[in-house]
Amino acid sequence: MFDFSVISQWLHNLLLSIVPEWAAILIESVLVALVIITLYAVFAIVLIYMERKICGFFQCRLGPNRVGKWGLLQVFADVFKMLQKEIIKMRQTDRFLHDLAPFFVVTASMLTFACLPWNKGAHMIDFNIGIFFILAVSSVGVVGILLAGWGSNSKYPLIGAMRSGAQIISYELSIGLTMLTMICLTGTMQISEIVEQQAAEGWNIFRGHVPALIAFVIYLIAGNAECNRGPFDLPEAESELTAGYHTEYSGMHFGYFYLAEYLNLFIAAGIASTIFLGGWAPLHIAGLDGFNGVMDAIPGIVWFLGKTFFVVFLFMWERWTLPRLRIDNILSLEWKYLMPISMANLVLMALVVAFKLYL
Amino acid sequence: MVLDYQIIAPADLHQEMLRLRAEKGMDFLVNLTGMDWGEEGFGVVYQLESTQTGEQINIKAICADRENPTLPTVSDIWDIANIYEREVYDFLGIIFTGHPDMRRIYLREDWVGYPLRKDDKPEEQNPLRMDAVPLSDETVCYEMGEDGKLVKRKNVIFEQDDYVVNMGPQHPSTHGVLHFRVALEGERIKKVDPVLGYIHRGIEKMNESMTYPQTLALTDRMDYLGAMQNRHALCKVIEEAMGVEVSDRVKVIRTIMDELQRIDSHILFFSCLCQDLGATTAFLYGFRDREKVLDIFEETCGGRLILNYNTIGGVQADLHPNFVRRVKEFIPVMRKGLKEYNDIFTGNVIARNRMEGVGILTKDQVIAMGCTGGTGRASGWHNDLRKLRPYDAYDRVDFKEITFEKGDSFARYMVRLLEIEESLKIIEQLIDNIPEGSYQEKMKPIIKVPEGTYYSAVEGSRGQFGVFLESRGDKFPYRIHYRSTGLPLVYAMDTVCRGNLIADLVTIGGTLDYVVPDIDR
Repeated sequence: MFDFSVISQWLHNLLLSIVPEWAAILIESVLVALVIITLYAVFAIVLIYMERKICGFFQCRLGPNRVGKWGLLQVFADVFKMLQKEIIKMRQTDRFLHDLAPFFVVTASMLTFACLPWNKGAHMIDFNIGIFFILAVSSVGVVGILLAGWGSNSKYPLIGAMRSGAQIISYELSIGLTMLTMICLTGTMQISEIVEQQAAEGWNIFRGHVPALIAFVIYLIAGNAECNRGPFDLPEAESELTAGYHTEYSGMHFGYFYLAEYLNLFIAAGIASTIFLGGWAPLHIAGLDGFNGVMDAIPGIVWFLGKTFFVVFLFMWERWTLPRLRIDNILSLEWKYLMPISMANLVLMALVVAFKLYL
Repeated sequence: MVLDYQIIAPADLHQEMLRLRAEKGMDFLVNLTGMDWGEEGFGVVYQLESTQTGEQINIKAICADRENPTLPTVSDIWDIANIYEREVYDFLGIIFTGHPDMRRIYLREDWVGYPLRKDDKPEEQNPLRMDAVPLSDETVCYEMGEDGKLVKRKNVIFEQDDYVVNMGPQHPSTHGVLHFRVALEGERIKKVDPVLGYIHRGIEKMNESMTYPQTLALTDRMDYLGAMQNRHALCKVIEEAMGVEVSDRVKVIRTIMDELQRIDSHILFFSCLCQDLGATTAFLYGFRDREKVLDIFEETCGGRLILNYNTIGGVQADLHPNFVRRVKEFIPVMRKGLKEYNDIFTGNVIARNRMEGVGILTKDQVIAMGCTGGTGRASGWHNDLRKLRPYDAYDRVDFKEITFEKGDSFARYMVRLLEIEESLKIIEQLIDNIPEGSYQEKMKPIIKVPEGTYYSAVEGSRGQFGVFLESRGDKFPYRIHYRSTGLPLVYAMDTVCRGNLIADLVTIGGTLDYVVPDIDR
């Protein structure tokens, strides 16, 4: 399997031969940041196009098909439109907080985005508390949403933000517990190690069998709730709160929320594919060497993106099928069902690990 | 139907109404029409009905004083009179003493004059005003003092520290330009105050200066999902008044068209409810099937939403040659569609959770608030005019009146879904037996309705749609008043929403199924 660290090492050495070490690291940081931002924008465009097409097919219609072949340029047109729209300044808002909020949201999701394992040796942020770091930075986003609600000085955004706060903080528990369950199995929080372990010993969802499967299902539900997507989209519940916490935003400020929403979807799917479905690790079946050889020939990035988009598809399926929950339903679902189940599941996983019942 | 009425003096009115309510069991105030009789003075025609015996009594109250017309309120006897009397006050300036909330309802607070008075000149008194008048949080109540003078008392709608949220006039789930002011306690609703009139077009006033065939053009624009039935009701009242008997063919055509319209409306109900609850896929499933109904309409009527089909004495044009085939093709498609609706939405646990037990209306409440149609039937009130007083071809077809006992949002939802099936059955029975005959009776070039007061109603898509017509023998109607199907539903919102969550307001509003242009007229 191709190791991306060959390239990064080569680049590092090349830079060292020209400039001193601090400058080399600075240049590398800038390069990585540029790559993150570019990828972030590219994936947002891909996801928006994908969502429109998929929801079109779910709803017996064609989706965008006018701008470019199969509507491929539609999203570009939309982004271009968004870029040139005026950012309306409203009089009675708390300007500072109002303008700050979208950056919180977008920064939180970019930081999480940087943690994803794209390929063997291609991690942007990788250290020994990787999963913990993901949990920590992803929850910064809720601050942005609360600020947006508060800073707008308007009633709908405020209700939307309060709902969002309650919802995200609740579902963070489930996410944390399911991740803990999987960490229990892997024994490490470092993302590169989690994936490499799976490449060597098989995907976690197969290794951890029953508790891993339960954790996966809970993660899918809670992950959707974390992204504020239907059926958990009540913070922006269109039919109740017009647009929820971002009602008062326009132009690119709104665009940031929009971007972050889609990227959060991708990130939630990416993390699911990392901790459950083996990240970039190819599918191996013990004993079938020919099959394994073919699977190994497929590059790791294809595996990672394939799995991630599969989970994204699951999320979209969920969204376009189900009606929206109500705030009390959503909280009771979390506190009365998902959280107790994940706690029991954690104990189950601990037993599985303690008695070495995993595959 | 000619309206026989008895005249009661204003002083005895309240007593007499109480007696009728108690002794005769007149528990349903069908319609309340404010009138300007010129020299005789102002007045109100009350149409009462007993839901037990079906007996109807019509009362006329006249107040001769044109300067300060007052009548006692009956809003303490029939809940729905509250909003009807506000309408009369708005248009005719009759003050109802003891009414808790004497505000204008459709027109702006700063409107001068009362437009339905025959001597009112609205254009002169109301130039274009560019200043905004904030909605008041207070209202007034008039009491008759001992010396015969009116005493004004202030009533509070919203307290100073209520958290009032505006739902509308531009809001995705009010289904049009309807405005609710909602006082919230956290996410719980304390009070709902509907603010109406954003698309008030004064149709009743316009009708007074139009010839009878011209008035027909406006009914389609009230409840656009009941265009067929609205116009049917207006044609029916004029035909009955003139003693015109339409041919059997017309009767069957009108019945089929009414039922197609009902299907159209109920599909849209389903779609919009799904949209409100966030199930956008189900929303488009509904629209996919509704398209087929609209295509059928388009072939025969030329229009898809504004149909312009019924005329006095018949229908505008004969059925299109494809009509029968198209309808027959549509029936199985619709049945399949219904199954899909049930699969994707009715059986869904989230949808059930959001509708079951939410927004309960008891039978007494729906009768008191005059919520006819599916909303009433969901609470166990048998109010289907097609069964109670069959008109056109309804007496020769076999169908069930769908009723539920529970009166929650889910019952209201199911009533509509099951009614689609019943409508399909009616169409199936009639589509092969459309009698031959002329589609239009020969009418005089100038249509004049003999002097008198008439009322006729049909079962619209969302309740009893009635037309009250007073004629003085002219070619123009003296007064036309429409019994709106949506107004009682909007009035019910306050009662049914209190104590529920703000998300339930959307569910309840969706299941009550009002259409705004019909409320505002």
